[in-house]
Amino acid sequence: MKKGKIIRTAGPLVVASDCLGAKMYDMVKIGDIGLIGEIIELKEDRAFIQVYEDTTGIGPGEPVELTGKPLSVELGPGLISSVFDGIQRPLDVIKEKEGDFVKRGIEVPPLNREKKWDFKPFVKKGQKVEEGDFLGEVEETPLIKHRIMVPSGKNGTVSEIKKGEMLIEEVAAVIKNEENEHKIRLFQVWSIRKNRLVKKREMPEIPLVTGQRVLDTLFPLAKGGTACVPGPFGSGKTVVQHQLAKWSDAQIIVFVACGERGNEVADLLLSFPELKDPSTGRPLMERTVIIANTSNMPVAAREASIYTGMTIAEYFRDMGYSVALMADSSSRWAEALREISGRMEEMPGEEGYPAYLASRIAEFYERAGKVICLGSDNREGALSVIGAVSPPGGDLSDPVVQSTLKVVKVFWALDDKLANMRHFPAINWLNSYSLYAESIKDYWDKEIAEDFSEIRQEAMKLLEKESELQEIARLVGVESLSDQDRLVLESSKSIREDFLHQNAFHPQDTYTSLRNQYLMLRTIIHFHNSGLKALKEGINLENVLKSEIREKIAKMKFLEGKGDDPDVLDLFIEINNVFKELLKKKG
Amino acid sequence: MHKEYLTVTNIVGPLVIVEKIVDVKYGELVEIASPGGQLRRGTVLDVSTERAVVQVFEGTTGLDIDKSSIRFLGGSQTLAVSEEIVGRIFDGSGNPKDGGPKIIAKKRRDINGSPINPQARDYPSEFIQTGISSIDGMNSLVRGQKLPIFSGSGLPHARIAAQIARQSKVLGKKEKFAVVFGAMGITFEEANFFIEDFRDTGALERSVIFLNLANEPPIERIATPRLALTCAEFLAFDLDMHVLVVLVDYTFYAEALREISAARKEIPGRRGYPGYLYTDLASMYERAGRIKDKPGSITYIPILTMPEDDKTHPIADLTGYITEGQIMLSRELHRKGIYPPIDVLPSLSRLKDKGIGEGKTREDHADVLNQLFACYASGKEARELALILGEAALSDMDKIYMEFAEKYEDKFVRQGEHESRSITDTLDIGWDLLRLVPKGELKRIRPEFLDKYYSIEK
Repeated sequence: MKKGKIIRTAGPLVVASDCLGAKMYDMVKIGDIGLIGEIIELKEDRAFIQVYEDTTGIGPGEPVELTGKPLSVELGPGLISSVFDGIQRPLDVIKEKEGDFVKRGIEVPPLNREKKWDFKPFVKKGQKVEEGDFLGEVEETPLIKHRIMVPSGKNGTVSEIKKGEMLIEEVAAVIKNEENEHKIRLFQVWSIRKNRLVKKREMPEIPLVTGQRVLDTLFPLAKGGTACVPGPFGSGKTVVQHQLAKWSDAQIIVFVACGERGNEVADLLLSFPELKDPSTGRPLMERTVIIANTSNMPVAAREASIYTGMTIAEYFRDMGYSVALMADSSSRWAEALREISGRMEEMPGEEGYPAYLASRIAEFYERAGKVICLGSDNREGALSVIGAVSPPGGDLSDPVVQSTLKVVKVFWALDDKLANMRHFPAINWLNSYSLYAESIKDYWDKEIAEDFSEIRQEAMKLLEKESELQEIARLVGVESLSDQDRLVLESSKSIREDFLHQNAFHPQDTYTSLRNQYLMLRTIIHFHNSGLKALKEGINLENVLKSEIREKIAKMKFLEGKGDDPDVLDLFIEINNVFKELLKKKG
Repeated sequence: MHKEYLTVTNIVGPLVIVEKIVDVKYGELVEIASPGGQLRRGTVLDVSTERAVVQVFEGTTGLDIDKSSIRFLGGSQTLAVSEEIVGRIFDGSGNPKDGGPKIIAKKRRDINGSPINPQARDYPSEFIQTGISSIDGMNSLVRGQKLPIFSGSGLPHARIAAQIARQSKVLGKKEKFAVVFGAMGITFEEANFFIEDFRDTGALERSVIFLNLANEPPIERIATPRLALTCAEFLAFDLDMHVLVVLVDYTFYAEALREISAARKEIPGRRGYPGYLYTDLASMYERAGRIKDKPGSITYIPILTMPEDDKTHPIADLTGYITEGQIMLSRELHRKGIYPPIDVLPSLSRLKDKGIGEGKTREDHADVLNQLFACYASGKEARELALILGEAALSDMDKIYMEFAEKYEDKFVRQGEHESRSITDTLDIGWDLLRLVPKGELKRIRPEFLDKYYSIEK
């Protein structure tokens, strides 16, 4: 293998000479201990290398081994339930080998080489297959069937197919065509910076149900869509991400903890095996892949971590799954870019970020989508991406936020004022938006209730009206408002407190099905409309507001049971009775 | 024997540039002899085949180009650790400052440490009772947490930190406990306050103190917190102790970092601080925590003073993104004469949820704290409204909330510097205050707790 020589070391950046022949983004091994790095710039025979590990003790004169291969991930059985660092080294294996602290220069294969998988073939000898076709599957966890696909560019006829227990490195099938004979193993290798191929892209139209009322009802994300959660620290960004990872109805979750806190990752690692998947009752970990590159782990590996996660997510999407990728936080990734760029003495753009920041962010989010996967069965897969952004001081004019907003379709604006009032999730209902609300309207109205979008619209209108009225009330006092307006204030307060406010740590409140969200909101809106009618009939506001039914509305969210909740339905009729009663009394 | 170089070509701020070097490594420890023969230490920041950039810990005053000599020592800066380290006082570079002997090293630890494998971390969930209501009740601290105090100049953060160090305990347990205190760029008086307080309460025997005072070289500050944390890691994970680390003041630390960055002519990020400030701070803050199957823990309280009380200032901002919450001090409360002036609304403890509740504090804790937050926020809003419109314009409910906010600050937040309240007392005071508000308004509290606690008077 060709070798270069180090001529400079400055933190995560190493410069080596004698590197003619090396390609951009090739992986290299640095120094006598073999740290992993990636070439990010070439100048004559010099290569600029970002190193994924701490470079203390590395100096000029040491060798650089050029592998000639791009930085890649291994894709195959064993991914699910794993916890990797930014360049796909399994952290549990590192712990076993090296103890409680992460040391440098460790080489461990990403996927377990010793584990045997029970391979069930789908194809027969002599069958013609094209790229993306399923050759067979292994049951990776009780939740996930891992399909073994024909790698891209390996069309042909199956000349050999195996069955039964095997290691991932064993040949499971052989595909022959005119020029070549391809040995297919249970895993394939893919460069992290290259999109995985698809047949066709489609428009996202089905909502990703998260059980979080403010998200699902007001600002929905479609399967295959992109969302961004910016917010100042302490506004509950991470809790929102965790809730999504726990409750969203994606089949596979890839969670990239990118430059975040170690204890948060520990929380994920300890709680996911205990948490149950709401639909199957199995541990959530059985559908989750975690990439953990905490803030104190090497900064260059942080840069790579979101691509590692993205490539793994795309791989599962290719099997026809609905996958959700959470990146927490893309600001830390951008800072890693900035740090490396600074060390390379590149001309900085805004706030010291490199000029290519916006295009890198756009490229990243564009890897999301609903697609027709490769393969003759034309199956659908979806990859939704939710990126958290941590703008300095919560300032949304930050370049990372602005570049992200240009590409994502859903914006969940976290608000520290709401967080201070302990209104969680602290998503501001006036500033947030979702561009998918239109395209998934059909789904709601067909699958949930025909007046879903109508009721949603009414709720949004009430909240909008509330903010106007509050302005007025602030200037002239609440007393000067008309009874109708005061009812609007009361009803929107009820929407805020009884519907939008959701306690992630309360066993019943933490998840609400789409159907129940509809029922809850309809109850609140129904009370409002009945109230308005009653006011018109001459009943005074105090009597409307005094009704005990309002306490029941406030408790809806704590009711037990999932699916259609008869208690909530009952309120609808109860409200009718209450108002009949009021009218009778007056009558 | 290490080679001695006389090839210094440049001295800029805290940096020395040496040329014609052979076999020098990044991060290597360096010994610099000034023309007078006095020895200083430094570390390699950037090395190429021809030259090395060396950062001198004790500052470059008195160094010259032609007579200063440099030796590269191989390996990076280490701290000698052993059981003997407890009860000692060191300077910012780790040399004894109390007149005692040098520590005979049982082990030498690289002061930069290694990241804890996330897989090895245990989630902090043991409630620490600090005896301060606004922390215990509202933003509970747990073992293994990093919870900074965001202060401003002139606010009593030192007294609060000392009170926490004095009163902290885990309910129903008696364990080996130690305090590691590090001073970065603070004045003699402030540092002395801590040492005297530790001495008075007998805490000094179980403390390790690292002092870099305001008149000592700023560059030394880069090493001070790392020395303190390396020491804490040894005590926690080798000697199974529960360690509380208090470090003041991170603002001075960040300024020292900026100084080096400027001397290296790096491209600055926000407000002139280097772009890697986040990573740099994280490499220290993240050393707090717990490790599975190890009894010890590192709980970390860094203190920083926000320039102009601005929490969006890069130091406070980045800290807030790394640490698990923050205790925010308020000038307004301080002016009102309330001690401790902890502003609970912007304060936060991210790890409290797993540390409170039945079996840890009390079943109603979570609900009570949410309700207190909500009521106090409404009260403060009403207060603002009253300022604009006059009290007459407030609704009855607003008036109740305004009274609530007053009482809350007076009864709940305010307490004595030597008053240690148990968590039950804290929650009972909370209920006393909540009784000012009609039952129907208390929506954050589960009905069963309302029934159980609302009606009973103390």
